[in-house]
Amino acid sequence: MKSGIVKRTPWMIVAAGAALAFVPKLGLPAFYDSLLYLMLHWIVLATSWNILSGYTGYFSFGHGAFFGAGLYTTSTLLARYEWPFLWTLPVAALVAAVLGVGLGAVVFRVKGVRGELFALLTLAITFVIGTIVVNTPLDGGQGVSLSAVPVPAIGPTQSSTFYLLALAAATLTMLIAWGIYVSKFGAGLFAIHDDEDAAEVMGVPTYRYKLMALAVSCALAGVAGGIHALFLSYVTVGEVFTITVPLTVVLMSVLGGSRHWAGPAIGAVAITALLYSFTAANHAVAGKAMVGVILIAAILFMPDGILSRLQALFRRAPKLVPGAAHPPSQLTVPSAAIAPAASGDVLLRVRGLHKSFRGVRALAGVDVDVRRGEILGLLGPNGSGKSTFINVVSGHYVPTGGEIVFEGRGLAGHAAHRIAAAGIARTYQIPRPFAHMSVLDNVALATMFGGAVNDPTDARRRAMTWLEFTGLHGKAQARPDDLNLHQRKFLELARALASRPRLVLLDEVLCGLTPSEIDDAVALIRRIRDQGSTIVFVEHVMRAVMALTDRVVVFNHGELLAEGGVNEVMQRPEVMTAYLGKAHAPVATALHAVERAHA
Amino acid sequence: MSGFALPSATLLSQSVLSGIFVGALYGLLGLGLSLSWGLLRLINLAHFAFAFLAAYLCYQMATLGVDPLLSLAVLVPAFFAIGAMLHWLMARFAVTPFNSLLLTFGLTGIIEAIIQTIWTADFRKLESVYGEHKFKIGVLYVPVPELITLVFAVGLSFAVWAVLRYTDLGKAMRAAAEDGPIACAFGVNQRRNSLLLAGTCAALASIAGVCLALSFTLAPSQIYAWVGVVFAAVMLGGLGRALGPLVAGTLIGVSEAITMAVTAPSWAPIVSFTLLIVILVLRPGRAA
Repeated sequence: MKSGIVKRTPWMIVAAGAALAFVPKLGLPAFYDSLLYLMLHWIVLATSWNILSGYTGYFSFGHGAFFGAGLYTTSTLLARYEWPFLWTLPVAALVAAVLGVGLGAVVFRVKGVRGELFALLTLAITFVIGTIVVNTPLDGGQGVSLSAVPVPAIGPTQSSTFYLLALAAATLTMLIAWGIYVSKFGAGLFAIHDDEDAAEVMGVPTYRYKLMALAVSCALAGVAGGIHALFLSYVTVGEVFTITVPLTVVLMSVLGGSRHWAGPAIGAVAITALLYSFTAANHAVAGKAMVGVILIAAILFMPDGILSRLQALFRRAPKLVPGAAHPPSQLTVPSAAIAPAASGDVLLRVRGLHKSFRGVRALAGVDVDVRRGEILGLLGPNGSGKSTFINVVSGHYVPTGGEIVFEGRGLAGHAAHRIAAAGIARTYQIPRPFAHMSVLDNVALATMFGGAVNDPTDARRRAMTWLEFTGLHGKAQARPDDLNLHQRKFLELARALASRPRLVLLDEVLCGLTPSEIDDAVALIRRIRDQGSTIVFVEHVMRAVMALTDRVVVFNHGELLAEGGVNEVMQRPEVMTAYLGKAHAPVATALHAVERAHA
Repeated sequence: MSGFALPSATLLSQSVLSGIFVGALYGLLGLGLSLSWGLLRLINLAHFAFAFLAAYLCYQMATLGVDPLLSLAVLVPAFFAIGAMLHWLMARFAVTPFNSLLLTFGLTGIIEAIIQTIWTADFRKLESVYGEHKFKIGVLYVPVPELITLVFAVGLSFAVWAVLRYTDLGKAMRAAAEDGPIACAFGVNQRRNSLLLAGTCAALASIAGVCLALSFTLAPSQIYAWVGVVFAAVMLGGLGRALGPLVAGTLIGVSEAITMAVTAPSWAPIVSFTLLIVILVLRPGRAA
């Protein structure tokens, strides 16, 4: 669908860069070179910021620090060690990237540091580094003068040299931003933006991806800083390690559109041109006010940026919905890696599993075996530890103790994305789709990360078969918000299946559905098992438990209470007591009680 | 560090005292910010611009012979109205916390430009009857303007604390911050309360502004100088807590003052920001 554009885009970026390289030949007055230099400079900064912050939603206010790290690296190497200028740029990129990764390695480990907190933290780091630089010989409080450093003769004039350097940097930055945008890596970053926990469970290595995005972002900012050091020829801490640099790039990206690779560049050109026109007319103060007005107007009236506004305006008539193009007649669902023929052996062995939350014991040492090819019902009253079990096995929580062995490999304590890659998928009781992605891309993400498909186009094609399997193919291009609860639950199932798991953990998929929707879902779950997956099924709807499960285990207070066939287990006195309390236990079977309690 | 000589006990205690004074101003500036962030879920960067605008207006009135403390009679209601209007705008467009930060940054730029147009970028210093006075307790000098700031900061922080803790209005505001729709279902008029609260925050900014004008020289670019350290005090103190910014601000002020006395003034920012980073990394839940 997009493949034609996808193939052409990088050539268009290169062609635009090459064409703009001829601008110095036009012999324009030097200040045009400088204006264009500034535009390109801000394109690099804003676009590099967007690679971390726009794509993943971790809004960094520390771009001044990374930019400043590059700037001071270059100026120190030039002024103190007399390096040739061009050689300082890779070092500037490296220093900025190392700074960023060192920072991210600490910060990204802390789960709560998101949104505003991440913004403030990175801002605080800017000031800390600025204070260190100003108090050490790097700056010494007086600034660094580079007026004696020769500017390499790349262009016909000094100003054109800076223009060409910035042009090269901007072209490179745009290519990288685009490349990430259309890649599997980019898809993972956008998934982190929408729901980081769900992304991790789908198999996205969130920690590593955030660090990689931060490293790329910082390195590019470092290059921009290195070039800018020589452009300024006199650098001071007060103008670099400030809140103005990050806020300007945030402004440019938000104005242009931070969910698109080209958005920040558009914002950068618009804001630089605007500021310049005010400065040129000696209305710098009015320009400052104007930027404020634009920012306010942009946030109130175009919260998604100029680019998405333009896209909405110029959107062509919708092409054939892929779902309609593919007749859903042929369900070519591949069977799982291991055929059900090999059923019977233990697929998942859980021994002595413990999970405590600050003294509250949610799981107090449970032993569960899941056999290959079976549907195992996981029952128990509310608060008995069923969901905790799913969360621990899928890697969302780290177990306090015990072992989890899947296909002979110990998984306890592994990150969720590794468990997903090992072949375990889960659904959420309350569906957690990635809100800004289409239904198709939601499933394609699971195909790429859980299912180890590297090409996004291929992943979309495979995802389509899972949408057909779950009956959602007509909604492939819809947003998750447009689906009803029943369809969202099926989307959860499609995402879980798309990673081709051997074991699927279903957390109350039937909860909130109408009786006829439950019948559809039960039929679907049967088909999931028939194509080769083993299923652990947490459910309160006893009709479905009876119809589907081969075996049930019952939890109570975090302990295993009973195990066996569903009819037999639910008649046991201890199970009845757990559901009903002692006095009422003989009155009815627990089976009916459960039905009533959750009707 | 062997290069630094330890200052004398008198100098050190004078430093601690000045740290308490500047910390009180951090707390006073942080109070409105913390309430707005914690209870309204709006990060109001323009709080600093409001404070500076009030400081400049106070300065202007003082040149016309109005006592700085008397100017509060005009400034407090005026800024209450400004704050309520800003909040009405944000609520009308359902601005998210993060976008509120960007939007109020835009507003800060506008106010900065206005200040620069009217009062130029030069430094301005308020000359008032309080400025000259200082008295001595033991070996320590106590300047009157700073003492006024301390009294305002402590008095207002405790007043807000008492209102939030003991009155129905305060309880309703805290409930609405926890869960707006449920609070509304229990009969809390959230719309009115949040306008009231936003107005109060801006009014607090204007009082902080007058204190700022009493003790500090003013320049439009100085607006941003306070942002980092006051944010640190707010987060250290816990969002939406009335006494938090005062306690944390004083802590930061004193540690900065000691750092300055022991090393050099240019090292001062590292204290507050390192504290902020440590708090965020070790206990992110405190600020969320």
